[in-house]
Amino acid sequence: MQAHDSSPRAATASGNPPIEMPSRKTAASLQTADVEPASTGEVAAPSVAGAEADVLSRAQAGDHHAFAQLYSLHKRRIYSLCLRMVGNVAEAEDLTQEAFLQLHRKIATFRGDSAFSTWLHRLAINVVLMHLRKKGLSVISLDEAMEPTPEEGPGRSFGAPDLSLTGSIDRLALERAIAELPAGYRLIFVLHDIEGYEHNEIAAMLDCSIGNSKSQLHKARLKLRDAMRTIPRREGRR
Amino acid sequence: MQDPKNMTCEEFQAQMAELIGSGEDLSVHPHVQTCTLCRALLNELETIAEAARQLFPVEDPPDTLWEKLETAIKEEGNQTRS
Repeated sequence: MQAHDSSPRAATASGNPPIEMPSRKTAASLQTADVEPASTGEVAAPSVAGAEADVLSRAQAGDHHAFAQLYSLHKRRIYSLCLRMVGNVAEAEDLTQEAFLQLHRKIATFRGDSAFSTWLHRLAINVVLMHLRKKGLSVISLDEAMEPTPEEGPGRSFGAPDLSLTGSIDRLALERAIAELPAGYRLIFVLHDIEGYEHNEIAAMLDCSIGNSKSQLHKARLKLRDAMRTIPRREGRR
Repeated sequence: MQDPKNMTCEEFQAQMAELIGSGEDLSVHPHVQTCTLCRALLNELETIAEAARQLFPVEDPPDTLWEKLETAIKEEGNQTRS
């Protein structure tokens, strides 16, 4: 039986508004949900960060209502990340649940070395990658995702641009191309180009350098472009 | 170090990821300034990124997910105690 006073909706109504999904321009401001700024340039509004720190502290002490508040604050972004990584609602729900279940298990171990949302995202990312690995999909570890591999070496992308891509893009073809990206590239593409995180935030989540994040994103975009060039465009479809 | 002004397209494209990783703004790179093909390539990549931003609607998970999560948390707690 669900206790009404511990539901996330009750938590939201108690004065802790949920984080809005970021537009690309506002990703940095979402760090207001973080407990404290990390050394990677994350910024938190002091008053909100203080309230968050209080909620986090209580959740770490086992306060179920506080945990519900954390869920309410972060559920949208975690669910969104899962959904965009697996492309399936049922799986995304399961992965979101697993990520928060792991959060519940591990929350007492959070030491504040990074922003809380960064830590939570890293946890969720590992849940997603583990899931993809179990499914036998082309999964590489976070570390491997951030390492260049020979097949993606210089020169592979060479080619004249396909000007038909400029202007209109087949939506379904792009969705399919994203879904078929290797998990490491899909992850960085989703985090930056779809979720709107900045490179310094991604670097903190994936424990890589900002330069690495930038170059891997570029390679992911090149792979998408290559895939789009090989997918026949449909007559009359934009 | 290669002279950026005298790069071929292949040489430039081979270095793109590294240049981006080092923080360089490719739109002002000397090769891009004079090469229509590579400028178009950069535009294509940006077009793909822009299109991707509009792909997926943003949704909250269903409310039932919290109920499932609560149940799972309670079950874990019971197992720990037993």
